[in-house]
Amino acid sequence: MPTTPSAHNPEGSPVPDAESAGTGGTALLGRKAAKIDRLAELMGPRDEGTHGAGIWRTAFSRLRRSPMAITGAIIVAGFVVVALFAPLLAPYAPTAQTWGDEVFPNQNIFVGPRAENWLGLDNLGRDQFSRMVIGARQTLLVGVVATLVGFGVGALLGGTAGAAATLGGRWGRTIDNAIMRVIDMMLALPTLLLAVTVAALIGPSLTTVMLAVGIAQVPIFARLLRGAMISQGNRDYVLAARALGVRKHKIALTHILPNSLGPVIVQSTLTLATAIIDAAALSYLGLGNPDPSFPEWGTMLADAQRFLSSAPQLAVYPALAIIVTALGFTLLGEAMREALDPKLRK
Amino acid sequence: MFTKTSRKPLALLASAASVALLATACAESERDPDADTSAPFVFGSAGDIKSLDPFLASDGETFRYSRQVFETLLEHESGGSDIVGGLAEDWEQSEDGTVWTFHLRDGVTFHDGDAMNAEAVCANFDRWHNLSGPWQSSNNSYYWQAIFGGFADNEDEGLPDSRFVSCEATDELTSVITISQYSSIFPGGFSLAAFGIMSPTTLEAIADAEITGEEGDYSLPEYTSVPGTVAGTGPFTIGEWNRDQAEITLDRFDDYWGDPAGFDTLILRAIPDETARRQALEAGDIHGYDLVAPADVEPLVEAGFQVPTRDVFNVLYLAFQQETNEDLGDIEVRQALAHAVNRQRIVDTILPAGGEVATQFHPDTLDGWSENVTTYDYDPDRARELLADADQEDLTLDFCYPTEVTRPYMPAPRDIFDVITADLEDVGITVEAKSYEWTEYIGRTNSGECSLYLLGWTGDYNDAYNFLGTWFSVKNDAWGMDEPELFEAMADASGNPDAEERIEAYKGLNEQIMEVLPGLPISSSPPSIAFAPNVNPPNVSPLTQENFSEGSWQED
Amino acid sequence: MLRFLVRRTLQLIPTLGGLSILLFIWLQRLPGGPEYALLPDDATAEQRAQLRRSLGLDEPLTVQYLAFLRNILQGDLGTSIQTGRPVVEEFFTRFPATFELAITAMLMAIAVGIPLGYLAARRRGGVLDFAAVGGSLLGICTPVFFLAFILKVIFAERLGLFPSAFRLSPGLNRTDLSGFVVLDGLRTGELDVVWDALMHLALPGLALASIPLAVIVRMTRASVLEVLEEDYVRTADAKGLHRRTVRGRHVLRNAMLPVVTAIGLLTGSLFAGAVLTESVFAFPGVGSFVYGATQTRDYPVLTGFILLIATMYVFINLLVDISYSLLDPRVRAQ
Repeated sequence: MPTTPSAHNPEGSPVPDAESAGTGGTALLGRKAAKIDRLAELMGPRDEGTHGAGIWRTAFSRLRRSPMAITGAIIVAGFVVVALFAPLLAPYAPTAQTWGDEVFPNQNIFVGPRAENWLGLDNLGRDQFSRMVIGARQTLLVGVVATLVGFGVGALLGGTAGAAATLGGRWGRTIDNAIMRVIDMMLALPTLLLAVTVAALIGPSLTTVMLAVGIAQVPIFARLLRGAMISQGNRDYVLAARALGVRKHKIALTHILPNSLGPVIVQSTLTLATAIIDAAALSYLGLGNPDPSFPEWGTMLADAQRFLSSAPQLAVYPALAIIVTALGFTLLGEAMREALDPKLRK
Repeated sequence: MFTKTSRKPLALLASAASVALLATACAESERDPDADTSAPFVFGSAGDIKSLDPFLASDGETFRYSRQVFETLLEHESGGSDIVGGLAEDWEQSEDGTVWTFHLRDGVTFHDGDAMNAEAVCANFDRWHNLSGPWQSSNNSYYWQAIFGGFADNEDEGLPDSRFVSCEATDELTSVITISQYSSIFPGGFSLAAFGIMSPTTLEAIADAEITGEEGDYSLPEYTSVPGTVAGTGPFTIGEWNRDQAEITLDRFDDYWGDPAGFDTLILRAIPDETARRQALEAGDIHGYDLVAPADVEPLVEAGFQVPTRDVFNVLYLAFQQETNEDLGDIEVRQALAHAVNRQRIVDTILPAGGEVATQFHPDTLDGWSENVTTYDYDPDRARELLADADQEDLTLDFCYPTEVTRPYMPAPRDIFDVITADLEDVGITVEAKSYEWTEYIGRTNSGECSLYLLGWTGDYNDAYNFLGTWFSVKNDAWGMDEPELFEAMADASGNPDAEERIEAYKGLNEQIMEVLPGLPISSSPPSIAFAPNVNPPNVSPLTQENFSEGSWQED
Repeated sequence: MLRFLVRRTLQLIPTLGGLSILLFIWLQRLPGGPEYALLPDDATAEQRAQLRRSLGLDEPLTVQYLAFLRNILQGDLGTSIQTGRPVVEEFFTRFPATFELAITAMLMAIAVGIPLGYLAARRRGGVLDFAAVGGSLLGICTPVFFLAFILKVIFAERLGLFPSAFRLSPGLNRTDLSGFVVLDGLRTGELDVVWDALMHLALPGLALASIPLAVIVRMTRASVLEVLEEDYVRTADAKGLHRRTVRGRHVLRNAMLPVVTAIGLLTGSLFAGAVLTESVFAFPGVGSFVYGATQTRDYPVLTGFILLIATMYVFINLLVDISYSLLDPRVRAQ
């Protein structure tokens, strides 16, 4: 197993100039950042001239043997299938208050599971199973869009910084420094707090949740992509391409970015879990989607807490769904990280 | 000990847990208030108070506190809605209703030792009348403007002329208040908690108090947040206001002129979440709370708690903004909406027991309620027909509701919203949901930004005008309704000093309003309040104006 | 050492400067500008114009930024829309409560997390390891507010072991010295107050502890595993040093450095988590106040809160760096 530069230096920064772009506080930031940088760098040292197919293959074969990865993959696959085929799977419309005259929340009369409603009725006489299924779709939508927002903006910032640092000389380093100072500052703030302030300022809506959770992920992706690019930028094939006179931005687009994909996939998987949990928290804070025509797990959970003593199932279903799904993404993400990182695997 | 157990962390944990368990057993007995009738009575309110001076406030939580500390010229009978004497033992009005003579109670002292007399009363009214600068913002003098219009020297041209003319102390215990024109808001207006009478010493101390800052960013003067300056005549004095704990402590006033308070100490503590309030009561952390969720009533009663039900004195409605949304200017569309909503289901499944579908814009407990109003039964087919007649089969409406709030007339706003939305969609209307936090919601609905919205009203005093006049006396942005005839009839009714004629006029008005259908009255329902088993609760008030001095601990 | 301290402290200036610029941009980017957030929606155009003037929004950006910076330096974060009182004052009165809660949560997390993480690493692959790792992943994936709610329903509502709300029982007589209830109680000897306060801290503290606990368990485990692989540990083992000496002197001490760092890093998350847990327990701290602010779009409070956490974070960072340099001379030389 090749030794990575940071193997003997867990606190130190694997990317050569990560510290110089720090915000002045190295130790704390170093830890959070080091984890991201470590991930960023993983694609680097082992691709000896090839396109790294070998790593992918070994990583995949490792994943296949990891119970953690298998559990995570099954959960995630199940969730995605349910979400994608939700309209086919849901027996009823999620908003139809078909059995509205059978539940009396004001007298604590609820309807539990029965033949026609597998999970019973919610407090307004809607089919709970259909709501859960359609809710999966909403939850996936929030998670994916938020991750895309985080990735998109993060890639733009981190990519610019990374490209500037690798290819740009003194000016490049200045640009890189300036961008990373802002990114590290954002990294210092808890993601939920960032999300809450974004959401509180633009008012509650589905877009708000997706934007807020997404923006909170920007610094992570930015740092990740910058790190990946810098570690790729020093690879031989990039030097070779430069020597051959390939244009700089073309190198960035055709060589560096594609090769940085691995860490991005890992981080995206982990981000999806965060997004689902943060979205639930935003709903609890009253900043979630106000439109009842789209049930979403976070909103359902926040809303059902008031019935916890008389109809606990109304809160427990969405809570379990959130926990299990987030757990699935986390397990898969962590397992992939381990599979890619020789240091974490023994 | 530590060297020994440190090798076995589990053992350490276990021993710590057992110590904790033992200790909790002790704490449990300590928290039982049975033992001591001098224990403080803790009431869970829905929010912290805004100001120690109720004049600046317009919210129920501030008034809940101020009613215990300050008294007004007139009050409502305990547990009812009839006007009775307060600081004034009795009163009379001139024939044209513009001169009000108050005969004050003798021997009433303020908390700071001042004597309550006619001059003290008039000094309060004169202060309010002569306020200037930021005090004249409706944020800082809402109720004065609602009852008396403007000030001695209006700084904003938009303010109406002041209805208040003068207050004269004709003798030691007689105050004569003259108003420019009679309105049915009197005498009810004199009972509003915002007009709590403060002592002459207080008035002197706060004479120069200033509100600083700009509209929307006001800083209130120090006396409104630091106890020690303001003194009233009520059964409780202000102990301390612990703002970081959202808790105000009131102590019994021993020189109170009436029956002394049953509790030595009354603490109002804010718990914004209704579920958290119930849990706090069940856990013994508080001894009573307001705005009980309908679903909690029965379990609480079964567990031995007392949940007295108030009389109905409110109305919940669905407003149709006719100006913002021109489609709603069409009477057929409004009628269609009225037929589309299954109000009975809302009453049966969401509102507390005792609620009923409202046929008009005030509860039947008020004089002026008419049996002959046009009614709109739940009839989706009829609604579809009406929409077809109006050529509005693809109607799209935006519909606003408030978040994170319950009101006495509206438990679970979102559930009510969901039910109505489903009903509207059932007849083919597309609904665009919008939600806002309560203060913002009030702002937006009042300025006409929502086509459909849910709102309601709990009466301040016993006169139909307090309901109808609040909404339908002039053209306003909240409704966007322009019915000059109706407004004129409203002014005539309100300005008529003859009670019987006025009530007949109100009946006519209710019928007229339900013809025009500016909105759909949904329900009137009784809000509940809960108390611990070992408390003699105060009489509950339909106006939600409980007087906590009537409460006491039960003797064992 | 002194040079290191001076250098580190000087490095704070650009950091805080950057933060202030970020916050300033933030305020500029408010939808419609601050005057829309500050004024009721039915405000007239004239009122808005007036507010813009009074806030200095018609001045050039640089002037505005300098004014903004001056206000911050003078400790003026504006006035809370909810309460009409200075934001700094509101935070100041509520800070002790949240601080006590955060400390409680952190102590709980450390007391359970470090031993658990250590044991999990020592018995890697065992049942305890599996449970610790699985449990901490589960902890990360459980919404904090839901956990808080469940704890309250079980331990306060059903079992009645702990109070369900507040920071102290109402009507308790106590001497207020600093706002820190537990500390005051210890100083004045009012042990009943201390006990009462601890009982009130238990459930919200436990809920809040779930955030750092999961991280600490995993961090300790990873760090111990790493140290166990280090040459000097093998050497020590090979030398035949007593196992407990090896563990205590070499493994734990070296493994603790990154864990201590992580603990510092988690402070910010604790304050953010307080927004979710305090509101469930009606615990009167900064968290429930900010919870209220999210409901009312009280933006001076929200920006003030970001500034508070970021500043706290930067200073904790400094403290950790300094303590690092004391523990490890290599850091100084860097």
